[in-house]
Amino acid sequence: MQTIAVVDYGMGNLRSVVNALQVVADDRDQVILTSDPAQVLQADRVVFPGQGAAGDCMRAIDEYGLRESITVAAQQRPFLGICMGLQVLIEHSEENQGTACLGIFKGQVKYFGDGHKDQSGVKLKVPHMGWNRVTQTQSHPLWHSIADDSRFYFVHSYYLEVETPDLLAGVTDYGFSFTSAIARDNLFALQCHPEKSADAGLQLLRNFVNWDGRP
Amino acid sequence: MSLAKRIIPCLDVDNGRVVKGVKFVDIRDAGDPVENARRYNLEGADELTFLDITASSDDRDTMVHVVEDVAREVFIPLTVGGGIRELADIRRMLNAGADKVSINTAAVFNPEFVAAAADKFGSQCIVVAVDAKRVSAEDEPGRWEIFTHGGRKPTGIDTLEWVQKMDAYGAGEILLTSMDRDGTKIGFDNELTRQVSEVVRVPVIASGGVGNLQHLADGILQGKADAVLAASIFHFGEYRISEAKAFMRARGIEVRDD
Repeated sequence: MQTIAVVDYGMGNLRSVVNALQVVADDRDQVILTSDPAQVLQADRVVFPGQGAAGDCMRAIDEYGLRESITVAAQQRPFLGICMGLQVLIEHSEENQGTACLGIFKGQVKYFGDGHKDQSGVKLKVPHMGWNRVTQTQSHPLWHSIADDSRFYFVHSYYLEVETPDLLAGVTDYGFSFTSAIARDNLFALQCHPEKSADAGLQLLRNFVNWDGRP
Repeated sequence: MSLAKRIIPCLDVDNGRVVKGVKFVDIRDAGDPVENARRYNLEGADELTFLDITASSDDRDTMVHVVEDVAREVFIPLTVGGGIRELADIRRMLNAGADKVSINTAAVFNPEFVAAAADKFGSQCIVVAVDAKRVSAEDEPGRWEIFTHGGRKPTGIDTLEWVQKMDAYGAGEILLTSMDRDGTKIGFDNELTRQVSEVVRVPVIASGGVGNLQHLADGILQGKADAVLAASIFHFGEYRISEAKAFMRARGIEVRDD
């Protein structure tokens, strides 16, 4: 029996995240959707999702008074960031004329660009939307039973550029190779949406709810 | 390139029941949205689109329950269209578990609605559905106009201008239906699709006219669509999604089949 807190700060469809966790968690586990900083701090593990723009996300985190509890949870217990919940862990995003983020990791969030093209010059659509491959760059408990290069569902216009290569847990190709997953100690975060990625995504969430928080 | 082209089955829902699904042979209840969603998911559908065709707006709540039920057990993206006119409609569907909503008529009558919706909920969940009909003669360069009311009412709006405007207003994706081809089973209007896909930044879903698997492949290869949507060829069990993917892969199109 454990409590899994899904942080709700008003950004996006969290119902699917909760639904998917309920499917993979033990029947005795409690999956809670919460905006309460105390509940986030008390939970055994924390899922930090998010959609929308970086500026709105950061504003909402502060309006809900969640900055400190997210930062603490990210350093202390099994923690899973999803989509914007990955991007705002970084220092700075280009989005909304520049947005200061939580700064838990060094790096930048950048725009794919309006003239984004692949290596052969074919126009690439932005947002990067659909099923793309995640190449696992380190072995990690959260990749357990997930084939390397499995496809996950993505939808984003900005991507992460980390300064420390040892943070990398997965990369994806969209015109160039970008960071699609990072891992450090008790934290794992993904650009894609495991709750929308069919079997591979459910397996990742299953791995997360059973993870002891060690790399 | 490693981003897969998507195949999206579209289900018409009337009062909480899938219509057109009557010929399905091996599912218990042909009209049950959850059964249909489950089956398409197992076959490898990349997303699902539900179009609420319920005539009365009093029955919209039914669609909310459909979305809730499907989202509880099918973990691929879900789009809901039909009757999305206000921000409250979008919020209701997203809260029920939809990932995207598709806005059609309301965008034509009030383009600012798209901007407000994208601003409020993020472009990633705003699909603008565009119903286009060719208005140029056969020997002229293609010109397509936006139509409403199932292709009956012209608006005077040029399709290529319209899709660029919707892109600028924050649409995250364009669902493009050729009203000339819809229901004909002779294939997408690939010239229309290609021109739209070339002028917008966002992904384009081709729709209207699919009768066989070659049409799906043509939508990608000739129409330059990012995704293809079809209803009847999947509903009536003529083709399975898995067959469609095998067919496309054999023609060099990257699909999700692993």
